[in-house]
Amino acid sequence: MSTILVVLEVRDGSVRPVSHEVLGAARALADESGASVIALATETCAADAAHLGAAGADRVLVGAAERHSPDGAAATVARVAKENGASCVLLAATARGRDQQGRIAALLDTGFASDCVAIDAKGPVFTRPVFAGKALIKVQIHAGVAVASLRANHFAPAGRTAEAVIESCSSESGKSEVVEISAKSAGRPDVAEAARVISGGRGLGGPENWHLLEKVADAVPGMALGASRAVVDAGWRPHGEQVGQTGKTVSPELYFAVGISGAIQHLAGMSSSKVIVAINRDKEAPIFQHATYGVVGDALEILPALADELQKLGLQ
Amino acid sequence: MVRLFGPNPMNILVCVKRVPATTTRVAILDGKRLNPEGVEFVLNPYDEYAVEEALRRKEAAGTGKVTALSLGTADAQKELRQVLAMGADEAVLLAHAEAGFADAATTARQLEAEIRKRGPFDLLLFGKQAVDRDQHGVGPMVATKLGIPCITEVVNLDIADGKVTAEREVEGGRETVSATLPCAITCQKGLNEPRYANLKGIMAAKKKPLDTVQVDLSGAVVEVLEMAAPAPRPPGRIVGEGAAAVPELLRLLREEAKVL
Ligand SMILES: Cc1cc2nc3c(=O)[nH]c(=O)nc-3n(C[C@H](O)[C@H](O)[C@H](O)COP(=O)(O)OP(=O)(O)OC[C@H]3O[C@@H](n4cnc5c(N)ncnc54)[C@H](O)[C@@H]3O)c2cc1C
Ligand SMILES: Nc1ncnc2c1ncn2[C@@H]1O[C@H](COP(=O)(O)O)[C@@H](O)[C@H]1O
Repeated sequence: MSTILVVLEVRDGSVRPVSHEVLGAARALADESGASVIALATETCAADAAHLGAAGADRVLVGAAERHSPDGAAATVARVAKENGASCVLLAATARGRDQQGRIAALLDTGFASDCVAIDAKGPVFTRPVFAGKALIKVQIHAGVAVASLRANHFAPAGRTAEAVIESCSSESGKSEVVEISAKSAGRPDVAEAARVISGGRGLGGPENWHLLEKVADAVPGMALGASRAVVDAGWRPHGEQVGQTGKTVSPELYFAVGISGAIQHLAGMSSSKVIVAINRDKEAPIFQHATYGVVGDALEILPALADELQKLGLQ
Repeated sequence: MVRLFGPNPMNILVCVKRVPATTTRVAILDGKRLNPEGVEFVLNPYDEYAVEEALRRKEAAGTGKVTALSLGTADAQKELRQVLAMGADEAVLLAHAEAGFADAATTARQLEAEIRKRGPFDLLLFGKQAVDRDQHGVGPMVATKLGIPCITEVVNLDIADGKVTAEREVEGGRETVSATLPCAITCQKGLNEPRYANLKGIMAAKKKPLDTVQVDLSGAVVEVLEMAAPAPRPPGRIVGEGAAAVPELLRLLREEAKVL
């Protein structure tokens, strides 16, 4: 029986939620091809057998590394892939996943598909954006193993009733090591992973008005803050929040673009969002051509009303 | 093949790619590739950070050499001349008519072979991603093949006494990674402010060595079956004007779009 190997992403000793979507994709692929799913954490972590089983894993391997080593982790993944005859290695298309995919592919002497938004089990064929989402390509990897990273919010978690078997495994050491992780945006999810995002642009007038966006974000569970490059370049917001071609690519269910004109480089980072709401004073602003819903007017007046109405809804 | 020269990196290789400008409107040819007609090509924006970092490291060391390497079409000589004009010492073009859209594995194989021939290098610099295929992979692939450490998407880099400490942005925070030279770094916006080539640099670049080597790109691992435009978004609508439109907007988000 062939195996699909999922690389779990660990932070602060636990498996990050993005890994559940990857497990869901692996489960769907495995069910179609009669394969089994092995989930691998290359460093020590708390692995919940019921949780990971429900998410799609048949077996969970937990490595012994105390710290993440980028090259060491890739070597562990490649070894486990070989030991288990994996036909496919899947990762989340996060900072960590993007870091690992090329290394793993190089060690397995194969190619990889980055940032995939769909997988067809026949092949398998991976669909992924190129030219910052201005086109999609379908690719097939002609080698023993296919390596692919998957974009957040595109693959559903499995949600089945099953318990995974948890085993420990050894970890390879590497020549580099993560010595520290500092959390920046306490409390709020990262813009690249959130299911709901509100981004502000130059139209907000200045960093002193950001509390208006924060009020809206506070009223919607799991909403992340984003920004246009103009605002990041002006030093109003950190680069980690920048959405667009030279920032993060996001594809949430709901994206608010507030005081953002809709330049092609901004659109490149968010145009695959499911629902886009634009709030802009200028009814000719290009963003309205890409928005599902638009409200024309002054953001400084609309945002407080939006926050008020949202609070009344008491969303959980 | 890759070796450590001394306390500061001096022999530096920077990999650069010619890519369509970010403003390109993508037209598709044969259902498989970008129609290059009318497309403006530029040096990959992230590679500008890599070039700048290479030049600064050499300047800080007070000695050394910066070599630029690109796999590209013959036209990529233009971008290599630009890198020479910024201050690199020499450039190598691995030329192939179809190089523009090669997959990461094929590209990495070519770059690795040339690096083994031209090295040893103390430091390899890459962009975090080329803004055409957006693969985020060539840097770590090359480093892995060479057996050296690689730190990706770096926004802050410190090198002292052969020790490398780099910061990278991760979801919701920053990560500090340590390694030793020789090492590969992929560069993210924020690492530095790339310089522009001045007239003196442009004149000097004309006399700097630019080798062109023809390469064979057969045996791609990743086959592109199809390229298509993304499905068009259903047309949107203006809900209303000002704060008065908010209740209707929320109704639509809840009842029609069902996202709240
Ligand atoms: C190589 C390259 C890469 C780039 N990468 C990115 C990227 O990753 N991300 C990105 O965002 N950009 C990127 N850009 C920049 C991009 O081209 C735009 O300059 C930028 O997106 C503009 O930001 P903005 O919409 O906030 O500002 P503006 O274009 O100045 O738009 C401000 C908008 O706010 C509206 N407005 C003004 N006042 C109000 C008000 N009171 N209420 C409501 N609306 C108001 C205006 O009508 C206008 O539409 C890149 C550019 C280049 C060349
Ligand atoms: N054809 C190429 N020639 C030289 N360097 C390249 C080439 N393709 C990619 N690179 C390097 O690898 C980085 C990442 O590219 P990619 O993995 O394609 O997103 C780029 O920023 C370049 O530094």
